[in-house]
Amino acid sequence: MGYPHKSHPRETPVLSRHFGDPEARTLAGWRQRGGYRALEQALGMAPADIVNVVKESGLRGRGGAGFPTGLKWSFMKPGDGKPHYLCCNADESEPGTFKDREIMRWTPHALIEGCALGAHAIGAETAYIYIRGEFTEPLRVMEAAVREAYRDGLLGKNAMSSGKRVDVHVHKGAGAYICGEETALMNSLEGRRGNPRIKPPFPAVSGLFGQPTTINNVETLAAVPHILTNGAQWYKEMSLSSPKSTGSKLFSVCGNIRKPGNYEVTMGFPFKEFLYDLCGGPLPGRKFKAIIPGGSSVPIQTVEEAEATLMDYEGFVAGGTMLGSGGVIVFDDSQCMVKQIARLARFYAHESCAQCTQCREGTAWTTRILERIENGEGVMDDLDTLMEIGENMTGKTICVLSDSCATPVFSGLQKWRHEFEAHIKQKRCPMRSAVAA
Amino acid sequence: MTAPATVAPTTKMVNLTIEGRQVSVPEGTSILEAAKYAGILVPHYCYHPGLPVAGVCRMCLVEVEKAPKLAPSCATSVAEGQVVHVHSDKALEARKGVLELLLINHPLDCPICDQSGECELQDYTYMEGRPDSRLRDPKRFNPVEDFGGDVMYVANRCILCTRCVRFMDTMAEDPVLNVSERGDRAVIGKFDGHDLTHPWAGNVIDLCPVGALLSKDSLNKVRAWEVDRTASVCPNCTQGCNMIIETRDNTVVRLRPRSNEAVNQFFMCDYGRLNYRWMNRQDRLDTPLVRRGNDLVLAEWEVALAAAAQLLTGAKARVIASPMLSNEALGLLARLYRKTGGSGSYRVAKGDRAPLPGVKNLARREELGANVRGLELFGFKRSESPAWNLGSEDILVLADEELAGIDAGAVGQPRAIIVIGTTLPSWARGAAVVLPIGNFTEEEGTFTNVDGRVQRFMQAKAAPGYARPSFAVIGDLLALLGEKTGYMLASDAFAAVAASEAAFSGLSYETLGLRGVAVAGGAAR
Repeated sequence: MGYPHKSHPRETPVLSRHFGDPEARTLAGWRQRGGYRALEQALGMAPADIVNVVKESGLRGRGGAGFPTGLKWSFMKPGDGKPHYLCCNADESEPGTFKDREIMRWTPHALIEGCALGAHAIGAETAYIYIRGEFTEPLRVMEAAVREAYRDGLLGKNAMSSGKRVDVHVHKGAGAYICGEETALMNSLEGRRGNPRIKPPFPAVSGLFGQPTTINNVETLAAVPHILTNGAQWYKEMSLSSPKSTGSKLFSVCGNIRKPGNYEVTMGFPFKEFLYDLCGGPLPGRKFKAIIPGGSSVPIQTVEEAEATLMDYEGFVAGGTMLGSGGVIVFDDSQCMVKQIARLARFYAHESCAQCTQCREGTAWTTRILERIENGEGVMDDLDTLMEIGENMTGKTICVLSDSCATPVFSGLQKWRHEFEAHIKQKRCPMRSAVAA
Repeated sequence: MTAPATVAPTTKMVNLTIEGRQVSVPEGTSILEAAKYAGILVPHYCYHPGLPVAGVCRMCLVEVEKAPKLAPSCATSVAEGQVVHVHSDKALEARKGVLELLLINHPLDCPICDQSGECELQDYTYMEGRPDSRLRDPKRFNPVEDFGGDVMYVANRCILCTRCVRFMDTMAEDPVLNVSERGDRAVIGKFDGHDLTHPWAGNVIDLCPVGALLSKDSLNKVRAWEVDRTASVCPNCTQGCNMIIETRDNTVVRLRPRSNEAVNQFFMCDYGRLNYRWMNRQDRLDTPLVRRGNDLVLAEWEVALAAAAQLLTGAKARVIASPMLSNEALGLLARLYRKTGGSGSYRVAKGDRAPLPGVKNLARREELGANVRGLELFGFKRSESPAWNLGSEDILVLADEELAGIDAGAVGQPRAIIVIGTTLPSWARGAAVVLPIGNFTEEEGTFTNVDGRVQRFMQAKAAPGYARPSFAVIGDLLALLGEKTGYMLASDAFAAVAASEAAFSGLSYETLGLRGVAVAGGAAR
């Protein structure tokens, strides 16, 4: 559903079917809509069988990296005598992304069911839902839903009378972007500073409290009950394109576009039709200039590149970018790319955890240079310096926050270099005066 | 190359190539340590062998063949057949980038920085950094902060390696430091209401690879290149932490820990570190003295030694020895009291035990003297009270013992007093003979620590005036009493003691090296 707009006929609402429907929030309403049947079914299945169904479905992580979910689950060795943990990453902090928020606001039980199911599949008795601090409404909704689920015996010592223990806890973060990185999230859950950990060891070996842990995104977990109910084949066949990208995907659309919102389409949907047909195209009298298709950390596409792209993991890579988290940010021809990229860099500089040198210093320096160029005080040498700092920041740190800051800078300097040069030559922002005039 | 001798034969060894050199190291070793073992330094900041690995400075990046990315060598274990390039273009470029980023907000105030000359930021920048700066923007500024204890924090020079935080967390187990703020606003923070007053907190100064954590005690005192450094052993308690004495113009200006896995790893306590001013005392004995009527007058060494020998002939030597004396001096003093049928005793000041929880068996010990265990091994008896049962025909030999706090009248009435020491306490003005010796910084020797470990210390500065090494003075005295002695070198004196004392049998300066050897049955009861 194109929430907050009416669903577009070309959407495939699976996760978003009940967005905007207050009755779906309640346990009774959710059960009427088919909820918790998948969990009941799953609790009667062997964990390995669930993992196989998810593997077969081709479901991939919806948080950004696109790692195959079934494969991730299979890393958890059953019977190793250790407590296993499932973490649900609801820290959704990637700029431009707001799909998990809607899942939690409207269909909290979908997530609880997915968590309980996932926990059973990986041999965990406890699942933690880590919600970002700013999500006050989703937190309230989730907490109410968890209470309901416990009250009705869906969770707890004897979940759905299966004899199996499944606990789901909701934990509120304190509002740090980096806590969406899985190892930083675990540190934060443990009560430590949210700094990413060095990998290896990977979470499946030593994660939360040093025990084997799986971390999945909200959208990923919410999709699992549907796969179990309808079968892996159903999920695979939904895809319009590559067999490596299956099912449906929520895209959050924001920026200079007529109908911003959440849209659910099947993998392989043409991006051009998505932008112009579903989202209504540019604002009156404007043209699209640049598109960030997968949250602020992925390379920026020119409108020509975007229009030729298919919306799936492989399609976006072919289009020179990544699917990422599915946060589509649209810039039209009224926007100054230097200013926009400087704004992105400032976000990363603010959110760097300060562990790695390249990130701590590089994000801040990049920001200072970009803001100086935007203010008309740049020199041509700055462009080379920016490229070199960016190279320094790429592939050398514990997590990818540093790389994510460099990515839009590279895109900007490769695709909109003339805008940077105009700022330096004219000693001011040309767009700013254009708007004023 | 082969494995170090200390590796158990069951340990699985891994073979790899680092900068073209074949290395074989135990499984689980980091690439950085393996490279060190092969004689190759990988520049690093956050890594310290005495602390948990953080992997945050990203300085130790090296190129590993077939790996997609550069590897942080401190946090990457060796693998069989690995080929590592420390100085490849890719690795050098990455480290150059780190150095540039570490310096953009650094004030470059080396001329007024205490760390200058022993700063790893300076060293690696000279080795691998850029010769120029591309920064065109203002630098971040943070004020200097007093961290309490002996520590001052200069945030502008900090590279956030977190060695100090990790030391306080895991070694001192007193987590008063943290990383505050995020991004390039991050600084080392101190929890409200807490100070760096842990008895071992001063180690964060040595651990800091740059000039961010400084000692208030040695602030602006000397430049790193002006000091002479001498391997020594801390004399301030029985732990025997290995240390370096730094001197300038014959004056001790700073003590710092010297690594020894078996004793103090990389650390020393604040009490030991800061208790050095007595080593520079100005009220020192610097000439031999003999009694002429009511006066002590200057004398040649031969005259003074002969006078002492004459007093001791046919009399019992009652020796009270300081726990600050070396094994060499104590061994020869033991011969003296045994030869004359006398006795040896000692007293030792007491303090509070202050352990460093992160290191097994490391503490500032209660007994505040370097060689208490040596005294015990040589048969000296502890006697806290001043009642030494002195007979009126006995000779009291005070070996560098000031008997602080003891009244002259309480010492008893010996026939005569011989002082072999560094100072002359006021109540010993009645001494018959005074023989000046060097303190432990002024001669070579060994101490035996609480665990019976015999450790060497070197001469760090010159003794005042005509003062001579303790072993030489006592050796000469014994020679006049008919022993075949007379030692020019501390090693000769040690060899003589080792030959006659069972506990030291088989030891020599060569076998002791600079890390010491534990003697059989030597640990304190």
